[in-house]
Amino acid sequence: MIGLTHYLILSAILFCISIAGIFLNRKNLIVLLMCIELMLLAVNINFIAFAYFKGLIAGQVFVFFIMTVAAAEAAIGLAIIVILFRNRNTINVADIDSLKG
Amino acid sequence: MDKNLIIQIIFYGFSTVLILSALKVITARNTVYSALFLVLAFFTCSAIWILLRAEFLAIALILVYVGAVMVLFLFVVMMLNINEQPLREGFIKYLPVGILVAVVVVAEMIIVITNGFGAITEAKASGLMVTSNTKALGSVLYTDYLYQFEIAAVILLLAIIAAIVLTLHHQTGTKHQDPGKQVQVKAKDRVRLVKMDTEKVE
Repeated sequence: MIGLTHYLILSAILFCISIAGIFLNRKNLIVLLMCIELMLLAVNINFIAFAYFKGLIAGQVFVFFIMTVAAAEAAIGLAIIVILFRNRNTINVADIDSLKG
Repeated sequence: MDKNLIIQIIFYGFSTVLILSALKVITARNTVYSALFLVLAFFTCSAIWILLRAEFLAIALILVYVGAVMVLFLFVVMMLNINEQPLREGFIKYLPVGILVAVVVVAEMIIVITNGFGAITEAKASGLMVTSNTKALGSVLYTDYLYQFEIAAVILLLAIIAAIVLTLHHQTGTKHQDPGKQVQVKAKDRVRLVKMDTEKVE
């Protein structure tokens, strides 16, 4: 029988894969954005699993808002990457150091 | 066939595909392949959401993410002429650290989850299962969460304006039309009559 635990473990594995992805692809800005999308997906699985097993619709409403914000974030992030590439001709994180942070 | 067995087959099948495609997203050599495997991950995830009776969100995931966000990603990846080689350096160097952190975090999470929620295996009966999912979601979205719903709409408008303003690119030296001036033009502005003396041919 598939219980709440199975879904939570699936989402934990997905979340950690995306954490590892941020460690591994720390040079490529676009793959970093994709890893963030994957993380949000893992969180959404958690919300929907709890909504189903607790019998509450609020979790699904929250997923709806997370998807809205994630779409806005992806659009603005990609726009920033495009102008960054236009000005600096690179998307390598190591080359973007003009702020000297 | 037993209903539980079918659910188990669906869950384990789609979970395996989801995890393998997520692994390919972070390890693929080409960024285009990463984006395409992310599309596969979204598809399998929406199947798992349908298993959890979240049909509306599953369809919305495919329409919004696969239809809009991932197409945007693919556009950007293909539009920018990226040299892949410098972006891959350090991959092998950080591989052990990445795997170590991921395995430790997964192990900790699994310990916490199995101790905390191991007892819950049966879905609690509620209005969620009785009516259609879209109806249930819409009835709370337009009443209890109306204010948040409007804020979400404003956030989307903000994203549209921000993305357009950021990527707007004024090119100097190109010829373009000014519609305002074209509309306001009068007949007497179009033709200019010039009086001049006739010239004599010698």
